Amino acid sequence: MIRSHIGIAAIAAMACVSGCGEDKKAQTSGKLAIAIGSVAPLTGGIAHLGKDNENGARLAVEEANAAGIRIDGKEAVFQLLAEDDQEDAKVGNTVAQKLVDAKVAGVVGHLNSGTSIPASNIYSGANIPMITGSATNPELTERGLKGVFRVVGRDDQQGPAVANYLVANAKPKVVAIIDDATAYGKGLANEVEKTLKAAGVNVLAREQGTNKTVDWKAVLTKLKGRLPDAVFYGGMDSTAGPLLKQGKELGVKAVFSFGDGACTDKMGEFAGSAADGLLCSQAGIPPQAASKKFLDAYKKRFNVEPILYSPFTYDAANLLIEAMKGANSADPAKYLPVLQKIDFAGATGRISFDEKGDRKDAEMTIFTMKGGKLMPIAIIKGGKTVKYEDFIAQTAAPAADAAKK
Amino acid sequence: MDIFIQQLINGLTLGAVYAVVALGYTMVYGIIQLINFAHGDVVMVGAMVAFSVIVALAPLGLPPLVVVLVATGCAVLSCMLIGYAMERLAYRPLRGAPRLAPLITAIGVSIILQHLAMMIWSRNPLAFPQILKTQSYDIGGATITNVQIAILSISLAIMAGLVALVYRTRLGTAMRATAQNPQVAGLMGIDANRVIAFTFVIGAALAAVAGVMVASYYGIAHYAMGSQLGLKAFCAAVLGGIGNIPGAMLGGVLLGLVEALGAGYIGDLTGNVFGSNYQDVFAFIVLIGVLVLRPSGLLGERVGDRA
Repeated sequence: MIRSHIGIAAIAAMACVSGCGEDKKAQTSGKLAIAIGSVAPLTGGIAHLGKDNENGARLAVEEANAAGIRIDGKEAVFQLLAEDDQEDAKVGNTVAQKLVDAKVAGVVGHLNSGTSIPASNIYSGANIPMITGSATNPELTERGLKGVFRVVGRDDQQGPAVANYLVANAKPKVVAIIDDATAYGKGLANEVEKTLKAAGVNVLAREQGTNKTVDWKAVLTKLKGRLPDAVFYGGMDSTAGPLLKQGKELGVKAVFSFGDGACTDKMGEFAGSAADGLLCSQAGIPPQAASKKFLDAYKKRFNVEPILYSPFTYDAANLLIEAMKGANSADPAKYLPVLQKIDFAGATGRISFDEKGDRKDAEMTIFTMKGGKLMPIAIIKGGKTVKYEDFIAQTAAPAADAAKK
Repeated sequence: MDIFIQQLINGLTLGAVYAVVALGYTMVYGIIQLINFAHGDVVMVGAMVAFSVIVALAPLGLPPLVVVLVATGCAVLSCMLIGYAMERLAYRPLRGAPRLAPLITAIGVSIILQHLAMMIWSRNPLAFPQILKTQSYDIGGATITNVQIAILSISLAIMAGLVALVYRTRLGTAMRATAQNPQVAGLMGIDANRVIAFTFVIGAALAAVAGVMVASYYGIAHYAMGSQLGLKAFCAAVLGGIGNIPGAMLGGVLLGLVEALGAGYIGDLTGNVFGSNYQDVFAFIVLIGVLVLRPSGLLGERVGDRA
C-alpha cells in the first residue's frame, strides 16, 4: 500500500499550493488516489490517433470516478496521467520511466509496437502492468515479460487472416508480395507468404522498397510481366498510396491487398479512384462496431467520433480498474493475478488473456475501398469468417451485457 | 519487349526529374564551388506551395489547367524568393570564408527549411490533388501517361532554355565569366554578387518546377521529400561532372535509367540473390565506377582546384 500513500502525499502537496485545508478533507474522508498512465504520440504524424487512444482511456477513468468505486474500504479516485511518446522509442522509454517514478498503478499504451516493446521492459521491471490497445507486433508478448497485455490481435494473426480471405474470395493463382523492409512490413509480408504458400498459391520472388519509396514503377513493371492475380504490400499508407496509383496507371490487373498500416481512408486521397477494390485488414474491430454505450458516451464527452483504437484503450483502462476492484487493491502485486484470469465484457466484446498476455480469439477485420471510403466487409475470429453485417447483429447482445456493468 | 520499353519510359521520366534538380546543384557549384545541400528542400517547398494554392483554388471551379499553371507560377515565385534570401542571408556573408563553412551552412539551411515546412504543412504526407485527369496512352504494349509526357517535354524545354540562357545571352556570358574568375570578371564591369544571386534564383525556379512535377507524378507531398531526391540529383550532377550543365542532364537521365533497369532486371540477372531493394545500391555502384575511371565525371573537365 506504500504506492497509494505516496499518491495521497502527492495530491496533498499539490493541494497545499492552493490552500492546505483541502488535504485534510481528502484524508479524513478516506479517499484512495490511483494513478493510471496513458502513453501515445500526441504530436507528429499520427497525433490524431494518439489523442483518440488517450480519449478512450480518459473516458473509462472518468466513468469509474463517477461510479464511486470503493477499493479497500476507501473511495477510489482515479487519475489519468497522459504522456506523449512522439512515436519515438527513446522518448517512449523516457516517459515510461517518468510514469514508473510517478508510481502509477498501471499503464494503457503505448500506441506503436516500436515504442511499446522497449517500454514494456521498463514497466515489467517495475512490476507495473501495461495493456496496449493497438501494438500488434508479436514480439511484445513473446519475450515472457510479466504483466504485459494487449487487447488487439497480433500481426501473425493478421497476416494469415488477410491471406486466407484473399485466397477464399479473389482465388488468385499467382501472387506478388512487396514489403518496405521495416520490422512491421517485412514481418507481415512473411506471414502472408507463409499462409499463401500453405494454400498452394504460387508466390513470386519478394520485391522490396523502403519506407520512403514513392517510385514503384520499376518494380510494378517487372511484376506486370509475371501477370500476378493479386499483389500484397506490407507497409504504411504513405508508400502504399503511390504504389496503388502507379499499379493502376501501368495497367497491372491484380487485386491489391494491404495490412493495417495502409488500411486507412488516406488511401482514397493518395490513390484516388485507383484505390477502389482494395482489400485490406485491420487488427481488431472497426470503432463503429464497438458497443453503442461506448460510442454514445465517447461522442457526448469529446464531441468527435472515435477514430481507430479508442474502444480498445477504453477497454484496457476498464480492465485495469476491473482487476483492481476484483483484487480489492490497487497494488499491482495483488491485482495482476486477477487481471491475468479476467473475463470481461468490454466495448470490443469479451476479453480474456492467454498465458502470454495476448487476447484470446482476437478479431481481425477485412475492409474494401468503395468510392474513397473504407467499408468493413468481414470479421475473422478464431479462424472463422463472419460477414460484417452478421457480426454487428451478434454484438448487440454482449454490448447490452456491458451496459449493465 | 513491352516490359523493356516500359522500364525505359519509367527511367526516362525519373531521370528527367533528376536532371532538372541536378541543374540547380551544378549551376551553383559551377559558379561558386558550393554544394547547396538545401536545394532538395527548395524542391519540397515548391511542391508544398503548389499544394496549398491548388487546395485554395479548387473550390472556385476554374479550369484544371489554369489552376495548375497558377499553382506552378506561385511555387516558382516563392522558390525564387527563397533562393535569393538563401544566397543573400546565408551564403554571401561567407563568400570569403573557407569552403567548409558555407557547406555546413547549406546543411543548416536544409534543416531550417524542412522544419519550417513541417510547422506549416504538418508532418503528415499530403495527398497532392490530382486535378488533371491522368490518361494513359499505349506505345508498343507499354503505357505512358499524360503526366509523364508533360514531365518529359517540360524538362526538355527547361534544359534547352537553360543552355540558350547560358551560351546565348549577356547574362549567360557574365555567369560563365564569373565562374572562371570572379575577380577578373569584376574588373570587366560584371557585378559578381548580382550574377551569383541570379544563379541561385534560376536554380530555385527550376527546383520549384521539379517539385510540382514530382508531387503530381506520385500524388504525394511530404516535408522530407526533398532530402532523398536532392541526394540522388546531387549524385546525378557528380556523375555527369559537377559544374557542367550538359553533364547534369546526362547524369540525371543515366541515373534514372540505371535505377529503373536495375530494379527491373537485377533480380533475374542474379537469380534473385539481389532483389529490387538493391536498386539504390546499383545506382551508387555505377556512380563509384564512373568516378574511379573518370574522377571529374562523364563530361567534367580535368581542372586544377582553384580554391
